[in-house]
Amino acid sequence: MIKATINNVDIEVPEGTNILWAAKKAGFTIPTLCNHPDLEPGGQCGICVVEIEGIPGLKRACMTPIGEGFKVRTHTPRVMATRKQLVELILSNHDTDCLTCVKNNNCELQQLAATLGINVLDYPKFEEKLPIDHTSVSIVRDPNKCILCGRCIQVCSKVQTVNALAVNHRGCDTLITTAFDAGLGNSVCINCGQCVVHCPVGALYERSAAEEVWEAIHDPDKFVVVQEAPAVRVMLGEEFGMPTGSLVSGKMHAALRRLGFDAVLETNFTADLTIMEEGTELISRLTSGKNLPLITSCSPGWIKFMETFYHDMIPHMSTAKSPQQMFGALAKTYYAQVKGIDPAKIVSVSIMPCTAKKFECQRPEMNASGYQDVDYVLTTREIGRMMREAGLDIKEMPDEPPDDILGEYTGAATIFGATGGVMEAAVRSAYRLVTGKELEDVEIKPVRGLKGIKEAEIDIEGTKVKVAVAHSCGQARELLDKVQDQIAKDGKSEYQFIEVMACPGGCVGGGGQSWGSNMAKRARRGESLYEEDRSLPLRRSHENPSVLAIYEKFLEKPNSEKAHKLLHTHYYKRSAVDGKILPG
Amino acid sequence: MSQEKQCHCAEIQEEELYPRLEEVIKEHKGKGEDLIMVLHKAQNLFGYLPRKAQELVAEGLNVSLNEVYGVITFYNFFSTVPQGRNSVKICLGTACYVRGSQEVLDKAQKELGIKVGGTTEDRRYSLDVVRCIGACGLAPAMLVNDDVYGRVKSPHLLDIIEKYE
Repeated sequence: MIKATINNVDIEVPEGTNILWAAKKAGFTIPTLCNHPDLEPGGQCGICVVEIEGIPGLKRACMTPIGEGFKVRTHTPRVMATRKQLVELILSNHDTDCLTCVKNNNCELQQLAATLGINVLDYPKFEEKLPIDHTSVSIVRDPNKCILCGRCIQVCSKVQTVNALAVNHRGCDTLITTAFDAGLGNSVCINCGQCVVHCPVGALYERSAAEEVWEAIHDPDKFVVVQEAPAVRVMLGEEFGMPTGSLVSGKMHAALRRLGFDAVLETNFTADLTIMEEGTELISRLTSGKNLPLITSCSPGWIKFMETFYHDMIPHMSTAKSPQQMFGALAKTYYAQVKGIDPAKIVSVSIMPCTAKKFECQRPEMNASGYQDVDYVLTTREIGRMMREAGLDIKEMPDEPPDDILGEYTGAATIFGATGGVMEAAVRSAYRLVTGKELEDVEIKPVRGLKGIKEAEIDIEGTKVKVAVAHSCGQARELLDKVQDQIAKDGKSEYQFIEVMACPGGCVGGGGQSWGSNMAKRARRGESLYEEDRSLPLRRSHENPSVLAIYEKFLEKPNSEKAHKLLHTHYYKRSAVDGKILPG
Repeated sequence: MSQEKQCHCAEIQEEELYPRLEEVIKEHKGKGEDLIMVLHKAQNLFGYLPRKAQELVAEGLNVSLNEVYGVITFYNFFSTVPQGRNSVKICLGTACYVRGSQEVLDKAQKELGIKVGGTTEDRRYSLDVVRCIGACGLAPAMLVNDDVYGRVKSPHLLDIIEKYE
């Protein structure tokens, strides 16, 4: 332990603690722009400078481990003047149209300028309007707002190992761009949006579909259906100031109905359906022994990552579509048929914790219904803003159920939103499919939580199934490299079933979550999903009455020809240069 | 010069250089730390760093394409455009600048239709700026290949560069 003082307050912290965290212990928050609790400190912004007695010059608190006997001062006149000057320099070439910025009221730079009381700019404005990158269907990048803090690069290269963004060019011309400055839509970007949720300013944000959705809602000729992903119900409350992870399923249904959607349905319903399709697929692969391990396919960021960097894993992928796309295919077929609605008039909207879902719904093969299956995807942030625009407050809403016939769901579906959830839900049903008996203890704890790669061995009446769960593409890469090695060496992997989610924490940590998130918040949201699971009367996907009904009336049985046509898909090999589909 | 008349021999030669680049990459296979060295060698081969060469280097050294691009755009030495047959360099050193070299540079950019660091489509000229070539007494000065020109006024610029095919 190290003893030191921060502004004369005595502290004792473990060796290696940096001054930024040590100061927190003493009750002082040192301002910073580039530091993020989930990322390694990089020292780019310099805002966190402090004075240390006996050491010349100012030191960056995030990069300086506290030493024995250090006397640190965090707000001397010199420190405060330096911080102000740094922020003024950033503001001198920052597009400060805050009122029309997507990050208005959520911007760390705006907050910092207010905290430091910057009311006069001593430097002349140096602004060169650079073109905004609109090449991606998921993410917009505005270089005029970028402060070059490097958080986006760190999360893209270190956490996700995608390397779509990097520092390019030099000096005043320095920009964070993709290779060849080709734009995110012409790069290896997987649309996960982790850059978006880590950006302190308005330089990265989702491409909004709010206007199109408003237009559809207000069009009397359109029948607008909406589905909500599992994770959204534990995120949306945050958009209205509720505690992190507040479970608002019923309130969410009520608010969406009041917003003007014609039918409020559930992605959770198709999550249950996914389990039926994927579970059946797992059983048939275990029986045949072919293409094991089976790998889950719900996360569109992960899908593009696999298509770009792991071509040889394509045969291992589950062919089951993601719950969003299964819903899309059914809304314009089964739902339209039962409800007697012309599918051409249906506008299918989905609310997602995700930016990659915007890319997924526009994939050209996602038109099994004869139309684009899902028309518009809104992130949690977008729907939160639309609700506020309509004068709705989620806190004030009553609890309402979703509409039938694509609305009912079990606890197995709701845990899809947390890392390990798909695996757990699949095992609950696979057990039944194999043995004909119910798994008594449905909670499979080893696959829960935020540990890196999670492993478990499931005993299905003598058949041992080794499973692994990875969340974040960096961890997926680690796991897949191992699988590749095992297959190359022994002809098979030790695993039979693998779940991968592109984002750290799973969907509760997706690129469409509320601003200002961190791992602790992601964990809290995950716990709330497990709480909903425990509270529901049905906790196994194969017990969902609406799922049983759809097989009886429409799909016949899991993996039937009709199910294959509507609910399954195929994958492409993509170029590791520009992410485009490779010929052949 | 119109597209039809343009000769393609430069590109044909470029294609023939790739096997040599592959050999260079082979020596450094998987060694990301050798990136700058390999890029130097590649630029020596091609005279610049074509996109395809950048892609091959990234793949061969097992570094991301964006890392390669970041290094190339950071170091002034590396160029992503082919060099012209004649190099026009305008001095923007203090003496030349106060005697009007910016005007000469503006004229050069306008007449050649390229920016600093660019090459004309026919690859006849590349345009760059330099900071002092030790000819301050002749300011404003410029270089075309190894020839120094002094007291250059923008109206004379075309007369000078047109001598170079």
